[in-house]
Amino acid sequence: MSAQLPSPVRPAFESGSREGALIVNIGPSHPATHGTVQIIAELDGEKVVRADVHCGYLHRGFEKECECHTWHNVIPYVDRLNYSSPLLNEFAYCEAVETLLGIEITPRCRYLRTLLAEYSRIADHLTCVAALLMEMGAMTAFLYLVTLRDFIYEHTAALTGARVTHTYGRIGGLARDLPDGWLERLEEILDEYEVYVGRIHGLMDRNRIFIDRTRDVGVLSPEEAIHWGFTGPVLRSTGLARDLRKDTPYLAYGELDFEVPVGIKGDNYDRYYVRMREMDESVHMIRQLMERLAPGPVNVDDRRCVLPEKPLVYSEIESLINHFKLITEGPRVPAGEVYVAHEAANGELGFYVVSTGEGTPYRVHVRGPSFVHMGGLHRMLEGYQLADLVPTFGSVNMVGGECDR
Amino acid sequence: MAPELLQRVRDAVAPLVERFDLSHGMPVLTVAPGRLLETVRRLKEDLRFDLFLDVTAVDWPGEEQRFEVVYHFYSTQHRVRLRVKTRVAEGEPLVDSLVPLYGSAGYTERECHDMFGIGFRGNPDLRPVLLYEGFVGHPLRKDYPKDREQPLVPTRTREGQL
Repeated sequence: MSAQLPSPVRPAFESGSREGALIVNIGPSHPATHGTVQIIAELDGEKVVRADVHCGYLHRGFEKECECHTWHNVIPYVDRLNYSSPLLNEFAYCEAVETLLGIEITPRCRYLRTLLAEYSRIADHLTCVAALLMEMGAMTAFLYLVTLRDFIYEHTAALTGARVTHTYGRIGGLARDLPDGWLERLEEILDEYEVYVGRIHGLMDRNRIFIDRTRDVGVLSPEEAIHWGFTGPVLRSTGLARDLRKDTPYLAYGELDFEVPVGIKGDNYDRYYVRMREMDESVHMIRQLMERLAPGPVNVDDRRCVLPEKPLVYSEIESLINHFKLITEGPRVPAGEVYVAHEAANGELGFYVVSTGEGTPYRVHVRGPSFVHMGGLHRMLEGYQLADLVPTFGSVNMVGGECDR
Repeated sequence: MAPELLQRVRDAVAPLVERFDLSHGMPVLTVAPGRLLETVRRLKEDLRFDLFLDVTAVDWPGEEQRFEVVYHFYSTQHRVRLRVKTRVAEGEPLVDSLVPLYGSAGYTERECHDMFGIGFRGNPDLRPVLLYEGFVGHPLRKDYPKDREQPLVPTRTREGQL
């Protein structure tokens, strides 16, 4: 390689803090870590003394891009933030815009969004736990979990038309209502879930190798977690029962019965177990929501943001103009700013949206949990073995799309 | 937010802030850059806003104080959020860093520095985080064209090939 290529990052330290220290570079593209992240670590033997975490390899100017698209056109982009659970991103973004518009979504839409949000959370946790276990060599567990996740992907594809990037949320509602037989298949998948996740519990929970690798590794205290801005399962693994679904209820969470699982030590094992328990709670919530789901419209009746029905577009001029204006100019969102945060699979996902009354956002800022977590990750790596870096990183579940935007 | 808590926040920061508003139910404090650190210290120590969520900026070109630096805080005890805003001019886009109070401010301030070129006095580490060394300009400023290309990696010459 030619010599003049500059390094894209400047490490925080060039030399070791003591005699005999070794500085190694891990990543950004490393077979043992999922996600493109670079860690420059100072080693003392096998122990990590200092770690310098770099992200940004997946930066693609999401926030800049949002400033030149209509409010609706941003929805496919937010899918690509946390691509393991795109619907959670969509619903948080839609709610931010709806708050500015002063819209209250219909009851059916509220229940459906809650149901799909929990469904996405299961898919996200499955991905995280599967990757975490596979990186420690548990191929069987990985395949069980990914099989289950694929049931969910195929099932969501039947609803939204895409396996991963759904673009299903709309400002003021959803793209379409449930197809026939969707809820029956959902019940089957939830039954499958019990079988597959039961196997994982049997394989991992009391597995000596797994416990040795994860217990007391990457320990985080509750105070430290708060100081470094950790939210979501990582914060709960330290023993703090902080969950936005309980603390500041949004969508239909206020009506649901569920628990907030917490860990006891804040180590890798707790992060694994909190995620496993959270999936159980999500299944419990989905079952409650299926009972509550009553027929009704999914979209609000508001011509400022919701597209008119297709037959009307083709038969009357007012609807045609309405449709045309909404597509070409975008919905006029009243000027103002709002910060809406949802409990995404990895923590607090916040959308700070500024409007000047135009059809395009003036500013969209995403508070992605992964990005903030990367700022505190070194606290979980320092003092542990180099080999522990992989499971610790896996248990935090950094998602590049959301971290680097 | 409960009215009693709102009143407590209002009383605690009243001598420091320029404006106190409610925006979609969230208290918004507007402070002068010089009083930011003191205001946030009070929010953290007296009112238990212990979780620093985020810092970002909004660019308003043409205005005297061009950049609006926006902070979001959350209190895990009261379970409420709060926004703090301060304005800085283009000539001297500099605010105090909140790193002495919150660890999570470090990374988010780095991002804000990347994207808007706002300096954070007291942040020891303002290396690029989402951008890379040698990136020219601040992409989220409104005068940065979306399609500007950056000299990413020099084109390899035939001699320099592997």
